[in-house]
Amino acid sequence: MGFLDIRNVTKSYGAVEVLHQVDISVQEGEFLVLVGPSGCGKSTLLNMIAGLEGITSGEIAINGRVVNAVHPSKRNIAMVFQSYALYPNMSVAQNMTFGLEMHGVPKPERDKALKDVAALLQIEPLLDRKPGQLSGGQRQRVAMGRALVRDPDVFLFDEPLSNLDAKLRVDMRTEIKKLHEKLKTTVVYVTHDQIEALTLSTRIAVMNGGYVQQLGTPQEVYDDPANVFVASFMGSPSMNLIPARLRLNGQAAVEIADGAGQPVALPLTGTPGGAQDGDALLFGLRPEALTDTEGADRHARNIVTFRNPVDVVEPAGSDTFVTTTLGGKDAISRMRADTRLTPGQTCDFAVNMDKAVLFDPRTEQRLRLT
Amino acid sequence: MSHATQDTAVRTGRIARTFIYLVLLLFALFYLLPFFVMLANSLKPLSEITGGNMMALPQDWTIAPWLSAWSTAQIGVEPTGLRPYFLNSILMVVPAVAISTVIGALNGYILTKWRFRGDTVIFGLMLFSCFIPFQIVLIPMARMLGLMGLAGSTPGLVLVHVVYGIGFGTLYFRNYYAAFPTELVRAAQIDGAGFFQIFWRIMLPVSGPIAVVNIIWQFTNIWNDFLFGASFADLDSMPMTVALNNLVNSSTGVKEYNVHFAGAILAALPTLLVYIVAGRYFVRGLMAGSVKG
Ligand SMILES: Nc1ncnc2c1ncn2[C@@H]1O[C@H](COP(=O)(O)OP(=O)(O)OP(=O)(O)O)[C@@H](O)[C@H]1O
Ligand SMILES: [Mg+2]
Repeated sequence: MGFLDIRNVTKSYGAVEVLHQVDISVQEGEFLVLVGPSGCGKSTLLNMIAGLEGITSGEIAINGRVVNAVHPSKRNIAMVFQSYALYPNMSVAQNMTFGLEMHGVPKPERDKALKDVAALLQIEPLLDRKPGQLSGGQRQRVAMGRALVRDPDVFLFDEPLSNLDAKLRVDMRTEIKKLHEKLKTTVVYVTHDQIEALTLSTRIAVMNGGYVQQLGTPQEVYDDPANVFVASFMGSPSMNLIPARLRLNGQAAVEIADGAGQPVALPLTGTPGGAQDGDALLFGLRPEALTDTEGADRHARNIVTFRNPVDVVEPAGSDTFVTTTLGGKDAISRMRADTRLTPGQTCDFAVNMDKAVLFDPRTEQRLRLT
Repeated sequence: MSHATQDTAVRTGRIARTFIYLVLLLFALFYLLPFFVMLANSLKPLSEITGGNMMALPQDWTIAPWLSAWSTAQIGVEPTGLRPYFLNSILMVVPAVAISTVIGALNGYILTKWRFRGDTVIFGLMLFSCFIPFQIVLIPMARMLGLMGLAGSTPGLVLVHVVYGIGFGTLYFRNYYAAFPTELVRAAQIDGAGFFQIFWRIMLPVSGPIAVVNIIWQFTNIWNDFLFGASFADLDSMPMTVALNNLVNSSTGVKEYNVHFAGAILAALPTLLVYIVAGRYFVRGLMAGSVKG
């Protein structure tokens, strides 16, 4: 029993089921991020929590009360929309207190709530303006302010930062995080940006095609992905997925082809259960687990090195991304910014096998080591 | 060389522009001519019209024809002038426009923001009502008004015009509201606003341009309507258009053309006024309704 319970919820439009058996329990004060590609059903799920979309089957409970049949305004939630949805004919102050007015809160209390939130978000000078006279970032603040004055049980955010420019997005991201740490209100936050998901959340639900692919803390989702989709969706640049074979004679190892097509054996820290010698695998390796030897994680227990040619070198400010060929495919390695590699050169690569993950190439599910 | 060609280019531009203005001026004169004839002749004594030139300005300026048309001219059998009928028209057009605009706006709001099964079919049927010729409904409508006890009364006329006005009103408002972000309605729902609160507090305040379009359209149509007025009104509820017809047709003895002209201008005055007051918004509203959706 959590604070917000989504129990076996499905959603169908006519004969098409767009959400399948979603089951998520959110504790009070948690920051849950729903992340996934466009059309995966994030907004639909959020709108169902808000009561803006009907629930086809299953139930949603907020604070111990099943809300399937409860009107949006009676669920004690507040929502921030992607377009901000500020009422164009009302001033900022009216926008922010409209919900309180509709809920019959007396004027003095409304004014007090407005004052507190305006101070918190530093938007006091804007209170008399109309939304049309605000910049994008200011509108975003007002939209958050409108949600905050309600002092709800749950905040719902639907891609609140996607209309802002890159710099402002990062600033507001930090601000939302600070706000959550201060207020400790339960949040459900929709985004398709995996960085936002990783930085803001206490837990992430990675969605695809109407299914929750994995539900876990940012670290679980990043280091311990349940399947190929989660592995490649989370993280930028995304995880290298290298075609490999399992070798079980002697110590268990994966065998990949290096740039020259020669087999390289990388010893595993365990054996994948049920797998046979010679089975095809997808060997998943984050770019930061494939480095030059000096850059390798000093706390890692299993580092394997081998030589391979460098194909492309891309400096990206704080890091340099080096592309090399492994298993016949491009693999990206994250190196220090001051690496002096040039394309065509051969270099020692260090693989951190602690961080390596294996997938079954047919089911795309994770193969866990035992 | 290049200077010379540029010079000619400017000169041809100037000639072309003069030509355009000349043509426009000609058209303006052409359109204003009837109005000039009406205005000039309404300010002459009758003898100047019968004995002289329709196009000439009055020699003996007088407002007597206007006074007569307004308050003493023979309408049918009564020497009342157009005044009571002008009032009838106002009493008919104001409620009819107001009611059909409010209903049109409500329909538009429901058809875009409270979608339900079969809403497009209902909208289609409403659109269809815009294309039903007036003549077809005359007899059934007369029967209905009789059954409702509204025959020959101003409320009866209001009802007829409201029924006809709903189709266009719905069309205008639906297309305007289709572009209105649904997220705003959802935000208002979460804020706890009900069906009518959303309508009054969120939708109507931004509906100015389309309301003006609808009001101008309905006002002109209803004010200028002759057929329904002639068919469904009796002497006490007769609108201006029918009275004007009676004024022109029923004068015994000499035809007082100057009075007729004055009466016709009086009958056209309110629509003219509506255009002048609201016309600026009309074009803007049409643009907002079509371009931005
Ligand atoms: N009214 C509807 N009728 C039919 N299908 C719908 C309807 N609304 C949404 N869908 C479908 O439901 C699926 C999920 O839509 P949803 O809006 O939740 O996606 P999303 O994850 O929020 O995507 P985005 O990141 O683009 O906002 C989509 O495949 C969409 O086509
Ligand atoms: Mg969405």
